[in-house]
Amino acid sequence: MTTAVQAAATGPLRAEGLQVTRGPRQLFSELSFGIDSGEILVLRGANGTGKTTLLRVVAGLTQPDQGSVQWCGRAWGAKDAERRSVCLYLGHAHALKEELSALQNLKLALALDGIEAGTEACAHALDACGLAGRHAVQVRRLSQGQKRRVGLARLALSEKPLWLLDEPTNALDAEGIERFSALILGHTAKGGIAAVATHLPMPFQSARELRLEGSA
Amino acid sequence: MNLYRYASPASFYPLAGRLWPVFAVIAALLAVYGLYEGLFVAPTDFQQGEVYRIVFIHVPAAWMGMFIYLVMAFYGVLALSFNTRLSAMMMRALAPTGMLFTFLALWTGALWGKPTWGTYWIWDGRMTSTLVLFFLYVGFIALTESIDDERRADRAGALLAIVGSVNIPIIYFSVTWWNSLHQGLTFSKSGGSKMAPDMVIAMVAMVFACWAYSIAVALVRARAIIREREPAHVWNGEAA
Amino acid sequence: MSSVSLELVEQSELAPEDGFWVALKRDLAIAMQNKGELAQALAFMAIVVSLFPLAVGPEAQLLKRIAPGVVWVAALLAALLTLPRLFASDYQDGTLEQVLLSPYPLPVLCAGKTLAHWLTTGLPLAVLAPLFGLQYGLNGDELGVLVASLMLGTPVLSMLGAIGAALTLGVRGGSILMALLVLPLFVPVLIFGAGAVEQALSGQDTTANLSLLGAVMLAGAVLTPVAIAAALRISLD
Repeated sequence: MTTAVQAAATGPLRAEGLQVTRGPRQLFSELSFGIDSGEILVLRGANGTGKTTLLRVVAGLTQPDQGSVQWCGRAWGAKDAERRSVCLYLGHAHALKEELSALQNLKLALALDGIEAGTEACAHALDACGLAGRHAVQVRRLSQGQKRRVGLARLALSEKPLWLLDEPTNALDAEGIERFSALILGHTAKGGIAAVATHLPMPFQSARELRLEGSA
Repeated sequence: MNLYRYASPASFYPLAGRLWPVFAVIAALLAVYGLYEGLFVAPTDFQQGEVYRIVFIHVPAAWMGMFIYLVMAFYGVLALSFNTRLSAMMMRALAPTGMLFTFLALWTGALWGKPTWGTYWIWDGRMTSTLVLFFLYVGFIALTESIDDERRADRAGALLAIVGSVNIPIIYFSVTWWNSLHQGLTFSKSGGSKMAPDMVIAMVAMVFACWAYSIAVALVRARAIIREREPAHVWNGEAA
Repeated sequence: MSSVSLELVEQSELAPEDGFWVALKRDLAIAMQNKGELAQALAFMAIVVSLFPLAVGPEAQLLKRIAPGVVWVAALLAALLTLPRLFASDYQDGTLEQVLLSPYPLPVLCAGKTLAHWLTTGLPLAVLAPLFGLQYGLNGDELGVLVASLMLGTPVLSMLGAIGAALTLGVRGGSILMALLVLPLFVPVLIFGAGAVEQALSGQDTTANLSLLGAVMLAGAVLTPVAIAAALRISLD
């Protein structure tokens, strides 16, 4: 079902023969693809076809029944430390602590990533993502779109080469989508890689698409 | 011959189908023989009279209860380290049998205690630790039954069995230790240490009967789990 | 603008043990925002301990005799009530996934989280234990042993409890199920902890029980982070 992309499987990220079964349902099997340096892969497919699962498999959160994910020619193990310093995964949930401020959340998330970012850099990134004047507000008082923007600020400060984004433009307004587009294009311009699972139109044209059909 | 072959449910299913009746027959024969030896042939205990004959159920049940938990933990290690579905299935197939034997050990212990000590339950070291073991089984089954995703249920159960088995020696030690701190509650159930040869024969027969029974039941249950989880072609092939 | 290096330089710069402090600071910062929850566990403990005299009568001799058991069982129950907090909210808001994806070793992060849990639950409970002991007529040395036993024992409750909390994440009837899983595992801690206080009451030497508690705690500190990490990976798969 993925023949169109299999041909291009030469990039630093390669997935080979992935198979994931959830309960009685097989989400996908013999799924292979590759993403080159500086490339964006957009995952498409109806609800429940395994877009999120595929991102989680690449990140190492979900173990596939079969197949492997390789980085620069080396297969990643389940608890691979390299995998965790390469992947930046933004999931469906915002991954923010409601009781902390946007700034605190950003600093905690970066600290977990092993990045020491000063308050100034974090504040700057939040400003750039349209959260000026909202740094100290508890996240529970932010709108859904504003919560997404905290995630964007994290992307802006991250130095990880592989971005795995699940519905990153959900709840974002037109201006937010533009900021997201600028961020991801900047990332790929530097040679970074991104895989984006979404059912929304994406603001960039250059991306390849991988369509998950789901199996009967 | 490649033993590895039997680690796949598809080849295990027919094999288990051939083996379980064998173990069931062995279990039945040994149980009949062991019970006959134990209840009719073995001499009456000069201290406890006829009541002691419950040991022929009680002791094998207690051993099996303990041993099956360790076997489950062993399968748990296999399931987690090699990601083999069959080990997890065997682990889960064994749990109800282990719980049953632990319950039997407690139940027969209580029935034995009433005429011997005048009470159904005492907080004796062995009975208390068997009770804790029973709770470990309850926890294992409750956990694996509450998780809908079979794969997660298997792996969570495997980890719990391993954690539990690491704790079992500590629990046993602590309970014995606790018992020794509260002198006066220590009873000895074994009575005389000398066992008549007929008693030994009966005991050995009953122990192996319990083993054979556990294996037979676990195989049947593993087959049921395979039919439940695996696609039909895995277990339909048996007819061919 | 620097280019994103595919070969990754930062990996070598990360000291694994830093993950411990990152996780500890993170969870303490979150706990500081929820001070109310912290007080709730203590209030629960105080109420449970106060119920027993009402149930068994105010006779001083009897109360003193059951004090070690009552305080320790109450501590077990209080620990049980606080355990869901350890991972459940992180699980719901998606931050637990980020913890699993952190480049720091997961067992190290789990150790930090568990210590944060103990600092915000077990430690205050142990510090306030003399108040509970006084209700039961314990004095001087006996109170000291009570505090010492809780100081050594409650970390084990956090460590073993974390395994149960991780395994039952998002499972139907999670909190009662967790109680079923972890209470049997708590048995040795209960025996050694209450045993130490009991020995103090009868004027015996308490070092054996306290040493055993300490040994269990050290073994737990080495072994449980790996088990907690494995449990989290299983539950988030």
